[in-house]
Amino acid sequence: MKVTNRLFLLIFAISVAFVSCKPKDADIKTAIEQAIAAIPDASNAVIAVKDGVATITGEFKDDATKAAVETAAKAVKGVKSVVNNGTVTPPPPPPVTISADDALIKGVNDAVKDFTKVKADVKGGVVTLTGEIKKASLPKLMQSLMALKPKKVDNKLTVK
Amino acid sequence: MAVQDKYKELIDAATAAGATDLQVREQDNVLYIDGTVSTGAAKDELWAIYDKIDPNFTSGDLVLNVNVTVDAAVTKVKVITESSNLNIRKGPGTDQPIVGKAAHHEIITLVNKSNDQWWLVRTNDGEEGYSYSRYLEPVTE
Repeated sequence: MKVTNRLFLLIFAISVAFVSCKPKDADIKTAIEQAIAAIPDASNAVIAVKDGVATITGEFKDDATKAAVETAAKAVKGVKSVVNNGTVTPPPPPPVTISADDALIKGVNDAVKDFTKVKADVKGGVVTLTGEIKKASLPKLMQSLMALKPKKVDNKLTVK
Repeated sequence: MAVQDKYKELIDAATAAGATDLQVREQDNVLYIDGTVSTGAAKDELWAIYDKIDPNFTSGDLVLNVNVTVDAAVTKVKVITESSNLNIRKGPGTDQPIVGKAAHHEIITLVNKSNDQWWLVRTNDGEEGYSYSRYLEPVTE
């Protein structure tokens, strides 16, 4: 009985010693955070560590930054593997280009020429349509006008 | 974002149609959708959805600009005027002198379409000039 108890104690002691040899998750987390502090634009990175597996979340400006964080995390002692769930924010779309009135007026005149009952005015990029048009012709006219990059088309046409 | 919600069906349809260079942007409460689809039918479908959401396009809150990819191999176009002849002009614009005409439903040669609205064409008589692209339909052989 006594021997068995001692044996258990020994096994317990060994396992405690073994576990304590490995860096703790919290320490790994701190080490990773220190490692990535040097990476520019990586301040949004959120690190979680569980059983030596590091998980990265957060938004990055590009794939290179996201990859750099992963590389840095992998290099930290005690990290078994890295799960990179970081997202890359797409760049904002370029602003909408609106045609200048001069070019727009010329294009609008070409587009409405064959619709004799349609009158078009252009001011500040806005095309205002008055008069009347056949329903079947309306999409064709609108397609031609919207291809000219107006600010908007204000359609006040009477559709017949 | 409200305008995007209104035209969500249209945006989804454009994505589903495999539109390339698709850009959906909102500026001063107007939604701008630009993109290129592969067929005229896909373009017509998007316009039909637009007409369904905003009957007769009267709200003025969307500028829909859908182009159709024209295969580089296409060299022939059909004149799709309602019934009249199609003017062929010296330069791209209705202010340009008329240098020739193509008959309704005639098939003529497409020289280039470097200008979206005005395509450079050549008639079977060899007259070359610009015609309004709305009245030309690419013909695949």
